[in-house]
Amino acid sequence: MFTVLAAGSEAAAEHSSSAPWILTHAWLLPALMVASFVATLFFGKNLKYRGAEFGIASIVATFALSIGAVIQWIRLPPGLHGEENTEALRAVGAGMRSFATHFAAEGEGGAIREPIERGVSWFRDGNVNVGLGIHVDGFAVAMLFTVAFISICVHIFSIEYLRDDKRFTHYFAALNLFTAAMLWMVQTSTTLGLLFGWELMGLCSFLLIGHWWEEKDNTDAALKAFLTTRTGDIGLLVGIVILFFAAGNTFDMAAINEKALNGTMSHTVLVVAAVALFFGVMGKSAQFPLHTWLPDAMAGPTPASSLIHAATMVVAGVYLFARLYGVFWAGFSINSGGMNFGSWIGAITVVMAAGLAFVQTDIKKVLAYSTVSQLGYMILGLSVGAWVGAIFHLVTHAFFKALLFQASGSIAHSGSHHSFEMERMGGLRKYMPITYKTFFVGYLALAGLPIFSGFWSKDEILNAADKNGYTLAFIAGSFGACLTGCYMTRVMAKTFWGENRLHLFHDDHDTHAAPADHAPPADHAVASHDTHDAHDAHDGPHESPWLITGPLVALAVMATFVGFINWPFNDFLFLKKFWFEHAIANVTFENTLAAAGKVHPFDWGVAIPSITLAVLGIAIGYWYNVIKQGDLGLVRRGGIFALGHKVLKNKYYLDVLWTDVIIGSIKGRFAKTAYWFNQNVLDAVVNGVGRSATATGRGVYKYIDQGLVDGIVNGAGLTASTSGGVLRKLQNGKVQAYAGTFLAATGLIGFGLVLFL
Amino acid sequence: MLLNQFLILAAFLFCVGAYGVLVRKHAVLVLMSIELMINSVNMNLIAFSLRNDNVIGHVFALFVIAVAAAEVGVGLAIVLLIYRNRRSVDPGEVSEMKG
Amino acid sequence: MLAQNIIFGLLAVAMALSAVKLVTTKNVVHAALYLVVVLAGMAAQYILLAAEFVAVTQVLVYIGAIMVLVLFGIMLTRAPIGVTPELDNNSRIPSAIVALFLFGSLGAMLLDAFGDERFDLNNGVATGASGGNMVRTADSIFSQYLVPFEVVSILLLAALVGAIVIARRD
Repeated sequence: MFTVLAAGSEAAAEHSSSAPWILTHAWLLPALMVASFVATLFFGKNLKYRGAEFGIASIVATFALSIGAVIQWIRLPPGLHGEENTEALRAVGAGMRSFATHFAAEGEGGAIREPIERGVSWFRDGNVNVGLGIHVDGFAVAMLFTVAFISICVHIFSIEYLRDDKRFTHYFAALNLFTAAMLWMVQTSTTLGLLFGWELMGLCSFLLIGHWWEEKDNTDAALKAFLTTRTGDIGLLVGIVILFFAAGNTFDMAAINEKALNGTMSHTVLVVAAVALFFGVMGKSAQFPLHTWLPDAMAGPTPASSLIHAATMVVAGVYLFARLYGVFWAGFSINSGGMNFGSWIGAITVVMAAGLAFVQTDIKKVLAYSTVSQLGYMILGLSVGAWVGAIFHLVTHAFFKALLFQASGSIAHSGSHHSFEMERMGGLRKYMPITYKTFFVGYLALAGLPIFSGFWSKDEILNAADKNGYTLAFIAGSFGACLTGCYMTRVMAKTFWGENRLHLFHDDHDTHAAPADHAPPADHAVASHDTHDAHDAHDGPHESPWLITGPLVALAVMATFVGFINWPFNDFLFLKKFWFEHAIANVTFENTLAAAGKVHPFDWGVAIPSITLAVLGIAIGYWYNVIKQGDLGLVRRGGIFALGHKVLKNKYYLDVLWTDVIIGSIKGRFAKTAYWFNQNVLDAVVNGVGRSATATGRGVYKYIDQGLVDGIVNGAGLTASTSGGVLRKLQNGKVQAYAGTFLAATGLIGFGLVLFL
Repeated sequence: MLLNQFLILAAFLFCVGAYGVLVRKHAVLVLMSIELMINSVNMNLIAFSLRNDNVIGHVFALFVIAVAAAEVGVGLAIVLLIYRNRRSVDPGEVSEMKG
Repeated sequence: MLAQNIIFGLLAVAMALSAVKLVTTKNVVHAALYLVVVLAGMAAQYILLAAEFVAVTQVLVYIGAIMVLVLFGIMLTRAPIGVTPELDNNSRIPSAIVALFLFGSLGAMLLDAFGDERFDLNNGVATGASGGNMVRTADSIFSQYLVPFEVVSILLLAALVGAIVIARRD
């Protein structure tokens, strides 16, 4: 039944000679990282750099390969490639290619490049052939490059940041496995393969959030993240199963997209599947109301947060949405222009998370909520028909958010004694010039000011929301832009501007910032104490070493310039109009947005208001936090401001809703029901058995000759009391009693079989 | 020969073994009863091997014998350890696992 | 035909009685000896069923090795050699009910499923075709069931190590 066979490998080998090597062997990228994971785990501990050498070597190789993949993809001639290797591709994909060629010929944006597909048959059951393969198109290549870039920065950053950690090796192993999972997920061709990478990332996320598991808070956060995303995954599984049957027993995503769009599947099925999948998206990409895990996930080491909870893993949901866009397009009726499920959730998430970012005092939590908010933009963009815009925002956000997180890690490492409390910062501009400049770049990009990358991508999303008739989504997005500018200015004011406040906390300085939320546990601090004494001598904030600032600078460069890849104006110097859009355009895109005419040119009418709002937000933030020193007494004066502050502080009471109201009520009810059942049913049975047995015993004693052999009477009594005893306390810990129960139950089953079959 | 004469003999031995497992207060006797049960299962394997005209049952019976040998070895080691720690080998007294 | 049935009957009676004595006797060493009778009877039954190699293995492994182990176990736990009144716990009757019930269920199922089906005594296993059953068993083990065979060897090794680790005095 489970025949593992390398079907198609011969054909694949033939065509690979003519096809670009890296693209056809894209599976090498995750394979390298998995090899590094294994090597780190087994041999890392005793090496000089405790396993980091494997991670660094493989991520460098992976990064080189990803650059090669980008170059090869750009060089790939549009439209032609598919014809020559048709033989090598699986039959399911064949229909897609004719579609693609068709649109390639007619599409106004010029020809699109054919995806590279290769695969083997994983196992076969009857006529169901489950394949395992790669599907490399522009979108996948863009994701590969982004992930590899962020990952290499995180790896380098981690060497310094976790230098003295006692589980350094395990940390690197998890980081490697995580990178492998993400690299695999973005290139796999089936929903099953996607699920595989998806769950692997969930596991690594759990490991990394709980890295310092000595503290209960951290393990709680890890569990919360794991269980919350798992809640959403139920929907993902249901969606995958529905699509498997609806698409005619196939997991192939290209085939599913095609069948969703050409009317093979009924609309009802698509609606159900899209909503089910969207639950998975909500869990993984932290959308309202399943977003509560992400801020807590900041308990992990900062570079891990930067990689996982900002730049890559949380966008897995967005990736799924964009990859199965055909299903969502049809299921959510994105073409119709009415607010759909996805755009509601996205819009709510954007505004809600931005609001929450205002009341956090922990810099990482502010960034976490801003991540939730930005993910809301991506979901919003996809739901309103900005496929390219959302992916573009995914890429730009990955760069600037990774930058912001790592800069906050740099502050904690060298500027605030392992604390992320903004109360301990302030005035760091003077002490940490490189961190300040790079953070400033990230700030401008996140706030969405022109030239910086965030502006271009956010503008595309807002533009599409406006043009496609999603007015509410447009308003929410623009308002979110204003809020983003405002709360990020608050962060700047509290962190880099003004006076340094670290010395105010000098007293607990020697205990190495014990009260700080996310300080490494005490033993870690003790272990690292000497080293820190050596290089900072506890003399206040200073700049981080180059292993930290290097990645920051690289990310800052990307955060500044990556926005130009989708230059919305006519060709200018080396800037090509909509270069990114042409590079990632695939069949789904052509079949949905391009066909429906939902691709819009740049519009100053949208850009200028959004810039104005962002600037307005920054201005308000500056006025409140810098000029007024954040002291208007609004909160203290009570009334609406105090109420609002309280609601935000308590995260809209969502955690309360989850833990106290829902779980509490279920638990209470359940316990009550169980108690009732115990009291009224079980006890009745037990008492009844006992009573009838006693009655029988008495009857036997009373009416039958007492001269009968004692053994019978005693035996009956014994039987009754023993069976009563067995029922009353089955859990007596005696192995023979358990065996007896087991055998009796087996006999009962056999008895039932004899009777009824 | 009837197939059932072997099967029912095996079933009888199995149930006697089960009774022994349930009532004996000496762990070595419990182990012996378990051996009895295992052997009755082997008899089924052999009988069905003859009935189905192949030797797969023989192969499995040999595997079962090997596994039973391993089981007795580990089981007796555990019994010895329990005896050493508690000076008693009554399985009914070893009830620390109860909730 | 008749001879086989007679032998079966004699063996079956001996085995059944020994088995019952095994679980009821008040003497631990006698119990071990009754087990020997049952196991030997079982080996004889295997020969009746044309499984001569399994029968030999049964004698070697069970009667030769496992029974020695069991007797050692009895000795090392200082079980009383003579008659001991307290070898059964106080759940004799419910246990007997459970066992009888199980036997009833099993017996009814077997009768229902196989009725009076007879062995075909002219088939390959019964006549020892293609080199005999030992040859066929060996062929099976070392071709089709090679991996399980190796796994069993690892299991035995693990059990050996485990038994030593558990039982040795530190």
